[in-house]
Amino acid sequence: MKHRLQFAGKKLVRMALLLLGVSLVTFLLMSASPLDPLQTNVGQVALGSMSPEQVARLETYWGVDTPPLQRYLGWLGDVLHGDLGTSLLYRQPVLEVIGQRLANSVLLLAAAWVISGTLGLILGVAAGAFRGKLPDKLIRGYCLLISSTPAFWLAILLLLVFSVWLGWLPVGLSVPAGMSADAVTLSDRLRHAVLPALTLSITGVANIALHTREKMVDVLESDYVLFARARGESEGSIILRHGLRNVSLPAITLQFASVSEIIGGSVLVEQVFSYPGLGQAAVDAGLGSDLPLLLGITVITSAIVFTGNLIADLLYGVVDPKIRRRAARG
Amino acid sequence: MEPILEIRNMSVFFTQYERGIRRRTLPVIRDLSLSVEAGQIVAVVGASGSGKSLLAHGILGILPYNSHMEGTIRYAGETLTPGRSKKLRGKEIALIPQGVTYLDPLMKVGDQLRKGDRSEKAHSRIRRALERYGLGAETEEMYPFELSGGMARRVLIASAVAENPRLIIADEPTPGLDARAAERILGHFRELADEGAGVLFITHDLELALTVADRVAVFYAGETIEEASAEDFKEPDRLRHPFTKALWRAMPEHGFESIPGAQPYPGAVPAGCPFAGQCPDCLPECREAGEIRLREFRGGRVRCLHPHGDWEKEESV
Repeated sequence: MKHRLQFAGKKLVRMALLLLGVSLVTFLLMSASPLDPLQTNVGQVALGSMSPEQVARLETYWGVDTPPLQRYLGWLGDVLHGDLGTSLLYRQPVLEVIGQRLANSVLLLAAAWVISGTLGLILGVAAGAFRGKLPDKLIRGYCLLISSTPAFWLAILLLLVFSVWLGWLPVGLSVPAGMSADAVTLSDRLRHAVLPALTLSITGVANIALHTREKMVDVLESDYVLFARARGESEGSIILRHGLRNVSLPAITLQFASVSEIIGGSVLVEQVFSYPGLGQAAVDAGLGSDLPLLLGITVITSAIVFTGNLIADLLYGVVDPKIRRRAARG
Repeated sequence: MEPILEIRNMSVFFTQYERGIRRRTLPVIRDLSLSVEAGQIVAVVGASGSGKSLLAHGILGILPYNSHMEGTIRYAGETLTPGRSKKLRGKEIALIPQGVTYLDPLMKVGDQLRKGDRSEKAHSRIRRALERYGLGAETEEMYPFELSGGMARRVLIASAVAENPRLIIADEPTPGLDARAAERILGHFRELADEGAGVLFITHDLELALTVADRVAVFYAGETIEEASAEDFKEPDRLRHPFTKALWRAMPEHGFESIPGAQPYPGAVPAGCPFAGQCPDCLPECREAGEIRLREFRGGRVRCLHPHGDWEKEESV
């Protein structure tokens, strides 16, 4: 028990440090940004027609006149009191904005995460099992092709094929345009999520499949698989009993590490599909100098990624007998 | 009596790609002949890298995909085809590998030995086999990392014995064990041979091999260069090949003398006698000879133009 508390304590400290570091870097990058928040958000022409007092009030609103250090410390102080601030662009509490956007994105992210993970594992295991033969070559070819394709380009391609040419799926947004919110059905939402989720899944598969394949090849060349063969186990039994078991540990790591890649990918993909999710909000906040919102999004997504890795660590303890037995003893 | 295993002119080749697309086949075992009779322990002794393990894998039909095998292997009087060895391995023909890395690190010992067979019969068979080597039921619930070196070795032997094999191939089953533990393991082999199984004992340790083997085949650069009875090793004059003699002299109780040089790598074996580079008695004709064949000589077999005791030839030189 003491061991577990220590583990949890260590992880919490590490998470706090990580979030602090991430927020500081984000803040520094924003401060160094050449964008002038007034010019981007109000416009050169409008600014020219304003009185100096009005401009001064706008500068206060966008925080241009506050020294950076004071600004960051102010933000940090508020966060420690549980207040992530108010978005300058949306004029809503940051948490509320993130909540709405995350609710939109979560469907995309979860679908992409599950599909790319499962499909990647299956393809990787199959490629490893058929190493050097046709299925392996096809799977590897597909993965290398996808890995070298930019996600946004793939998004545009899918958009062209399925929305423009075939007309099966909507071109963008998360709900049909011009429909009142209470008239939107679940199937509307799903139809709008299909293409972005598909893009994210397709790109995510390649990485997981290639890594799983390497591990599978290692396993099949291992001493214990040789011995299993020598004892008359069939190839199928070897793949199912020894292959999957030994691929599972690295697969867990890959699967949870892919959380960060999927969130990162969603920024570009949501942009292409004008999907009002967290990724799009991040782009808006960055380009619009909405510091509280950008910091909020960075901190919360970092926390999600960190939690993913933490879950992977905990699952290791469940799957790996070495860790499990040690925990049972200590 | 018909030998349980008879290998005639076995060769194993590896296909390699050099600098991209140039293919070459590398002979790792060349023209190997060997026989094991029921109730006998035949030791195959050779330095590491001499292709000993591949001999085991060849018999079991589990050579890597980029290799192929020539020659004939007969098991219990019939040719051992790939299909037949697939059917027999793990049942009549059992492998005892080197150590704990041959067990799946993430699977309990009992589950591994049962090979997925959940029947009560399989359970009791494995329990009996483990008990025979002093391993209790708790061993079945252990993971390989929880086994000590000696325990792992006994688990591996138990895995072979569980199926009542007629031929046991032990591939370096004792490294890392102290002399007493190693002798205990070899004692188990003797016991299995006395029960009627043929044992092929692959090792680099001649001294250890002599404590238990009935016959010894000496391996050099992928070839058997001598087959002798264990008795022959009591007197060096009864040995036939200069390499075997050199091995004998390298044993601690016989002077601990080593011979200079190293055996050639596969693919770099010179024409003529492969031992020419290290042989103290090498003659010009040894380097020029074509293929030197293994031949019957003084009750054993040897692959040498001028084996020891070939008086006629020695006088004429």
